[in-house]
Amino acid sequence: MTDLNDLKYTSDHEWVLIDEDPAEGVDAGGVVVGITAYAADKLGDVVFLELPEVGTAVAAGEVVGEIESTKSVGELISPVDGTVTEVNERAVEEPELLNSDPFGDGWLIKVMVAEVPGDLLSLEQYREVTGE
Amino acid sequence: MSDTYDLDAFGRRHIGTTRDDQRLMLATLGYDSLDALVDAAVPSAIQMREVISSSIPEAATERQALAELRALADDNTVRTSMIGLGYFGTITPAVIQRNVLENPSWYTAYTPYQPEISQGRLEAMLNFQTMVADLTGLDTANASMLDEGTAVVEGMLLARRASKAKTSRFVVDADALPQTLALLRSRAEAVGIELAELPLAETDPAELGECFGVFVQYPGASGRIWDPSAVFEAVHAGGGLAVAAADLLAMTLVTPPGELGADVAVGTSQRFGVPMGFGGPHAGFMAVRKGLERQLPGRLVGVSQDAAGHPAYRLSLQAREQHIRREKATSNICTAQVLLAVMASMYAVYHGPRGLRAIAARTAGMASALADLLADLGQTVVHDAYFDTIRVVVPGTADRVVERARELGVHLWAADEATVQVSVDETTTFDELHLVTRAFGGPEERGAVAIGATAIPDALGRTTAYLEHPVFNTHHSETAMMRYLKLLGDRDYALDRGMIPLGSCTMKLNAATEMQAVTWPEFANLHPFAPVADVVGSLALIEQLESWLAEVTGYDTVSLQPNAGSQGELAGLLAIRGYHRANGEPERTVCLIPSSAHGTNAASAVLAGMRVVVVACDDRGNVDLDDLRAKIDANAAEIAALMITYPSTHGVYEHDVIDITQAVHDAGGQVYVDGANLNALLGTARFGDFGGDVSHLNLHKTFCIPHGGGGPGVGPVAAKAHLAPYLPGHPMAQRADHRELVHGGGPVSAAPYGSPSILPISWAYIRMMGSEGLREATAAAVLAANYVAERLRDHYPVLYTGDNGLVAHECIIDVRPLTQATGVTVDDVAKRLIDYGFHAPTMSFPVAGTLMVEPTESEDLAELERFVEAMIAIKAEADAVGRGEFPADDNPLRNAPHTAESIAVGEWTHPYSREQAVFPVHSLVRTKYWPPVRRVDQAYGDRNLVCACPPVEAFA
Repeated sequence: MTDLNDLKYTSDHEWVLIDEDPAEGVDAGGVVVGITAYAADKLGDVVFLELPEVGTAVAAGEVVGEIESTKSVGELISPVDGTVTEVNERAVEEPELLNSDPFGDGWLIKVMVAEVPGDLLSLEQYREVTGE
Repeated sequence: MSDTYDLDAFGRRHIGTTRDDQRLMLATLGYDSLDALVDAAVPSAIQMREVISSSIPEAATERQALAELRALADDNTVRTSMIGLGYFGTITPAVIQRNVLENPSWYTAYTPYQPEISQGRLEAMLNFQTMVADLTGLDTANASMLDEGTAVVEGMLLARRASKAKTSRFVVDADALPQTLALLRSRAEAVGIELAELPLAETDPAELGECFGVFVQYPGASGRIWDPSAVFEAVHAGGGLAVAAADLLAMTLVTPPGELGADVAVGTSQRFGVPMGFGGPHAGFMAVRKGLERQLPGRLVGVSQDAAGHPAYRLSLQAREQHIRREKATSNICTAQVLLAVMASMYAVYHGPRGLRAIAARTAGMASALADLLADLGQTVVHDAYFDTIRVVVPGTADRVVERARELGVHLWAADEATVQVSVDETTTFDELHLVTRAFGGPEERGAVAIGATAIPDALGRTTAYLEHPVFNTHHSETAMMRYLKLLGDRDYALDRGMIPLGSCTMKLNAATEMQAVTWPEFANLHPFAPVADVVGSLALIEQLESWLAEVTGYDTVSLQPNAGSQGELAGLLAIRGYHRANGEPERTVCLIPSSAHGTNAASAVLAGMRVVVVACDDRGNVDLDDLRAKIDANAAEIAALMITYPSTHGVYEHDVIDITQAVHDAGGQVYVDGANLNALLGTARFGDFGGDVSHLNLHKTFCIPHGGGGPGVGPVAAKAHLAPYLPGHPMAQRADHRELVHGGGPVSAAPYGSPSILPISWAYIRMMGSEGLREATAAAVLAANYVAERLRDHYPVLYTGDNGLVAHECIIDVRPLTQATGVTVDDVAKRLIDYGFHAPTMSFPVAGTLMVEPTESEDLAELERFVEAMIAIKAEADAVGRGEFPADDNPLRNAPHTAESIAVGEWTHPYSREQAVFPVHSLVRTKYWPPVRRVDQAYGDRNLVCACPPVEAFA
């Protein structure tokens, strides 16, 4: 079980796990990106994912994918600048993972970043955004 | 409003509530007359003054209206059309005409958003999709397009979305249908696509140049068959997509585009038993290869499963439609042409693959027989390889040949002054071939003729099988066909069963008299490009209808060309765009749209080359004037238009509408008033009087054209005179002028007058109601909505109201408090209504978690009461869940709808009785509608996309 306090968040309802390997340091590290349980709940049953290809350069704030549910199509907005290193193919095959385990098996992409943006939210700050 | 009893008056048949009913209802609301109610509901600033000289005659009786329609029909002259160009003579099997086209179980149904009560037409549409996919050789077809021309445009837009090529250039074969070329030109320009028209059969594929896609007509407009696979390959190599318009009948004999490398196939299914109707309506189609399903515009039927795990049909991928994705949608197209797609699919079901192949072989054989006859006369036939259309070279005399043929009773087509084109179809006789030869100077005496071998090259002969599913190989006797149509029709809930109280959809009566003329040969069997002298009656009907619609909306001119509401929106916005550009203000591209607007508004704006800026609504659901002014200031010189719906999508007469339209005009913008809710306004206020510059109307809502189970629609665009030069014109229109005003814009539909064969319906409605009757209908609709709101108010909150606490013609019932208190959702309520014998109201539009109820004027008081009582009873059931009397996951609402099987088979384990499950009201014992499936699993269907007929074993 992921400790939600270890994650950073965006107001677009994404979470970011920063791989703070003490040996490598953040500068060389990758981050994992997913959507929050709040977002998954609001979307409803997720049925389809469109994720960027490995190797794609992404910029913070840029739309890089789509999360389609039976009710709507949400956009995946990259929270960081970097290069996509891995895509969760299992979630593409089983999009229901976003509903059942949004903070775990339902992760979306891994991105190699040069720098983690300073404006990401803490769990407490994110909870203020959702009002929960 | 008069109080006498007029035996012949149609108005009293159309309006469901009697004067006595109305008095009771008014008393409940505290008003003493309909006029008093309307005065209180409609803001006085917009109430219309009396029209001094009305062009709408006094109401006719049903018999008088039919007699006048008969006279108009008699002014048309039906000659044999051999014009072709996408419109062919066809034989509508009588069993299909009687049991589909003329059967209210099919034509009065709504779009199948509630799949549990729509399984019949969903199956028919799935048959259509399977038929199109099989015949075009592609993987997935959608549930139909508006017509072939717009389908080609959508194919171009799809190619741009899906292509990886970084260019805005699209290559088009010059041998495409002329109306398609005209549509492509006007639509491409608005969205910044550069068209390159090339004679592709003679172009070296290496010389195509960079492009995101290519379009090929197959067979070509000239009839020629050639192999475009090298062109497709070259385009693929550059990252582009290949789009082909295919003739479905030809595809039974010719290698289909999917096997030649096309990514997308489009076209029309008209010649599968749907009359030409002077241009429409017909079902266009689109099919795509695997991997492009999610790019398909329009509607897509898929297979999912119900709560019992049985296969069940439903609309798939709805989240991608414009009502949800707004300006990011794949297309602005909402509707399909369901009724016509059902007819075309049933033509294939009835004939089967062998029958279709025989029809095609005869057609192609007659064409080559004609080519031989003409060659014998010394004429030069241009192409060697063709299916049903031949081109003949007649230097300088094309018009003479065409005129001579017309005198003999046959229409041919002069492609240019030196070329005559002749198309053969399944109705063509040897006598008609002889008449054609006479037009080319052949002898009066008819010689011996025999059906020839087809002129399809061996290399392009079809080798793959099609329509192998049992549904296309079973119902070939008329008895079997009749029963199949009955079986499917009985699965569905249409207006012939009960009320369909869908907010913003206006499911009013589609009167039998209004429908009569649709199938008259004088209206049904006209080619859209027939000469003006032959279509005098239709043009007169169109002109009258245009002038009546202009009068009731306060505009100067109307175009009936748009064949759906979405296309009317697009046409109106393109007119605004044309106007600003003509005034030297091309930078005006911002389209202001309130957050409450229907998503189609935003999708249409994008396709008209505009940028959407959203205007906030206040907590009463009205446009926030301060935010509007702020958005205007922020975009001052770029304001192109405001799109506003009136009454609002919240079903309220906004008090400040004149301030709103004035603010936009002051900023140099134009005002687009969406006519979706016109049924709340007719005879009481007019868009043109309170600031509208242009609007689209929905003849399928306000003016009685039936919804057909999800199409056809007609979306006329009405405008002030200054926009007339930019309204849709058409290169083949019999007349460019509409009374004094010329419509000079590019076309938005394949045919000059859109879907004329269903215009007699709206004509008859207005003719039989008269101005006074239209006003009475509006008042009765407003009364019904307010009555339902008042009766339900103690049980459910009514979300928005306007002046004096009144709603317009619909009301929003807020289910969210109930959900919060009991866990019962808006879905549960909607599905439980099925058990009570109702079609659910509009769900979660325009506000999530609510139901929008529009009773219309056509329902009588008893039906309104039955609905109110069902809603109250459902509330009581939900309260029982809230009190813990039923578990949250096992109660009559969560398990709704209940099928016969669910109560009869196996052990009954639920905490409520079987009787409560299916007969919650005792009278249902005699009137029960049984849904054929239980609640359909939406997510399962979208995750496991299957869009063709499932194997029969799936239903075992």
